[in-house]
Amino acid sequence: MIGIVGYGSYVPMYRIKSSTIAKQWGSDPAAIEKGLMLIEKTVPYFDEDTITISVAAAKNALLRAQIDPQRIGAVYIGSESHPYAVKPSGTVLIDALGIGPHVHVADFEFACKAGTEAMYVAYSHVKSGEMEFAMGIGSDTSQGAPGDALEYSASAGGSAFIFGKENVVAEVLFTHSFTSDTADFWRREYQTYPRHGGRFTGEPAYFKHILGCGRALLEKSGMKPEEFQFAVFHMPNGRFPLKVGKDLGFKQEQMSEGWIVNIMGNTYSGSSITGLTAILDVAKPGDKIFLVSFGSGAGSDGFIFQVTERINEVRDLAPKTREMLNNPNKIYLDYGQYAAIRKKIHFNEY
Amino acid sequence: MAISQRYTREIPHRYRLEAQKFPSGFVSLPRRYVDPISGSREFEKIRLSGKGTILSYTIIYVSADQFKLLTPYAVAVIETDEGARVTAMMTDTNFEDLKIGARVEFVFRKIMEEGASGIINYGYKAKIIK
Amino acid sequence: MRDVAIIGVGLTQFGENWDQSIRDLFAEAALKAMESAKIEKVDSLYVGSMSSGLYAYQEHLGSLMADYVGQIGVPAVRIESACSSGGQAVRMGFLDVASGMHDIVLVGGVEKMWDVEDGTFVLATAADQEYEVYNGVTFPGLYAMMARVYMERYGLTREELAQVPIKNHKHGVNNPYAQFPFEIDLKAVLSSSMVADPLRLLDCSPITDGAACVILCPLERAKEFTDKFVKIRAVGSASGPIAFHDHKDLTRLDAVKLAGERAYKMAGLKPEDIDFVEVHDCFSIAEILVAEELGFFDYGTAGKAIAEGQATYGGKIVINPSGGLKAKGHPVGATGVAQIVEAYLQLTGQAGKRQVSNARFGMTQNMGGSGGSCVVHILEAM
Repeated sequence: MIGIVGYGSYVPMYRIKSSTIAKQWGSDPAAIEKGLMLIEKTVPYFDEDTITISVAAAKNALLRAQIDPQRIGAVYIGSESHPYAVKPSGTVLIDALGIGPHVHVADFEFACKAGTEAMYVAYSHVKSGEMEFAMGIGSDTSQGAPGDALEYSASAGGSAFIFGKENVVAEVLFTHSFTSDTADFWRREYQTYPRHGGRFTGEPAYFKHILGCGRALLEKSGMKPEEFQFAVFHMPNGRFPLKVGKDLGFKQEQMSEGWIVNIMGNTYSGSSITGLTAILDVAKPGDKIFLVSFGSGAGSDGFIFQVTERINEVRDLAPKTREMLNNPNKIYLDYGQYAAIRKKIHFNEY
Repeated sequence: MAISQRYTREIPHRYRLEAQKFPSGFVSLPRRYVDPISGSREFEKIRLSGKGTILSYTIIYVSADQFKLLTPYAVAVIETDEGARVTAMMTDTNFEDLKIGARVEFVFRKIMEEGASGIINYGYKAKIIK
Repeated sequence: MRDVAIIGVGLTQFGENWDQSIRDLFAEAALKAMESAKIEKVDSLYVGSMSSGLYAYQEHLGSLMADYVGQIGVPAVRIESACSSGGQAVRMGFLDVASGMHDIVLVGGVEKMWDVEDGTFVLATAADQEYEVYNGVTFPGLYAMMARVYMERYGLTREELAQVPIKNHKHGVNNPYAQFPFEIDLKAVLSSSMVADPLRLLDCSPITDGAACVILCPLERAKEFTDKFVKIRAVGSASGPIAFHDHKDLTRLDAVKLAGERAYKMAGLKPEDIDFVEVHDCFSIAEILVAEELGFFDYGTAGKAIAEGQATYGGKIVINPSGGLKAKGHPVGATGVAQIVEAYLQLTGQAGKRQVSNARFGMTQNMGGSGGSCVVHILEAM
């Protein structure tokens, strides 16, 4: 059996409400909350970035996997906000967690899909027999331009998954990927904020790829939507994943557990996979999970997981995703504080 | 400011809390060659668990330029459960929760950026365990 | 060892000396000291400076200062021990004369602090750069952590702590060289801006430009030059851990205790023999801790004693008649020498309105970092 042997997420404790951003730009808060179905989003503090979030998530995954970090043969971090343009994120992580130096490390980028990409490759290494354990991480501290619709959603967080053959928590039953060249969203070198094609990001991008991947995955597996206890999709806003799930034949109840976007925002490479950890936090042995990510540019990775008995032993070994999201100590920022923390205002260089 | 090579050699201590335990019981996070208490040159390598207790703390309002954006921020002297004394910046912590004797855990965070083009420095900070 | 005398002193005005560079400051104090000792040539030169490299981008002060005070050719070196650089330079000069190596020795201290943007960073280099400064600590922060433990353990109130700078400013009023020769009241201290909780701006010694110099010679030759001279009765120096967190007890400054004990032993004196002491009150709490380590008050009692007036004229001992670092100013590398200058002025009866009457023994205590180094001198009136 090959699958996830340890999983973990990390969510910063700072938040900004959609209504706070809406007020800043003279927009109607109710329209955002209803239209995009976004209440609030996570914000990384000054001292957090994709690397620190990845480390925190991976630490939680190691707590659940209960393995010697030295046995991990590969670490991949998927992100569109790697702190360096040149210099890997993964090297910091392996040295922080005591993995390696005999380890394969790479950073991935594929807009919001880089996390499942990292998982896909990690899983394949284990499946091929090349290594005992491999870790795939998706994490982001994404930025939306001030006043852009993305500012309501672009948030921070991440999840890490260790794949292996022993003590599997969730077996990978099937995978599928669906990719085409579609310029719906991009960010050029030296640019702080991404650009996007507005409504072009919807039907020809998000929906086309998730439906293409999801349908192929159902066909490949011979399974029907009703056989799944849970389904989770990339969550750029609240509305899209619910609609795409419905189009694939899933019902609201199957999707509600992994649908965390209303209180987390879109964590890009960490979006659908943090939904997955929220599901694993409550899933029962035998439950099947349907996951399809989406990354602009564009492509989707699909996974079908089946939860094992082991879940009951590991679930409580690390913080649960919804507990972190509903952290009673979370701190709400006003727009000025948010703009400073996200360095949206120019400071003197010291 | 820690230029790259100076930064790199402290990585085991700052990233993984690798420390030394001397026969007198003295635990040092920085590399040492001699036990400051007994004079012994023998030691055991240990890794700190990342949990400890605040011995004292302050809230810094006037900082070096490097940390200006973070002010006001708290700094604490912490005794780890293994007995190592460590100075750490506090993060994700309400100032009202700071107390001598409060329990803390270490988290891996960005410490500073060396300007817009230099390296990014990482290390431990501490937060109150609630 | 030969007995050593101080035969001349020189000070610059302490403050924001915009027109003076580091060499201007040193030259002014050195030439004044040489004039007061009526000498033109020295045999050896020591200059204490904490961080001329970071403050003024100037190292190699021995050469620079020998050159600019007309002494090229003499052995000339800089002594560095953070904020105790000046006091340690005096100790080196003392050893130079006492050993018989040289007769006339110029010892100075200097710091040009107002030429730098990030002074907080420069001062913090006196702490453990990799394991304290890296994690955001500042010098006020380190002393604030001492204050926090002390106040909690001994019940010292914020108001009582404020009495230290209030007392020192009162003394400083009578010091013409002081940066802040004016009084402050409780309200001013308690409403001054927070620097590192619980320490406020008026708990902290200021940023100061300044220099101080003394001329040393063998005691037996002192009368050749002047009738105003004092004897360096004893010196004690000690080191402590560089990192504040390595102090076993966070309210104790072991290096101060050791340096004090060594000085008392060498002098054959006890705390009650001392008439006044110039201590390193870089922060209000420091004066309290030091007064305890030097044996003037029991542990846990100095704060209340100072607040009750035991450390001023008419009290148990006069602490910081000069106004201390707080009111006089704290040009880091110059401070230890300036303390010696104050003791000289007091013991030769030249301290004017701040004169401690009938003073026979004066002590100076100069400290580096958060107690990583300390040097104590005992001077005797002749």
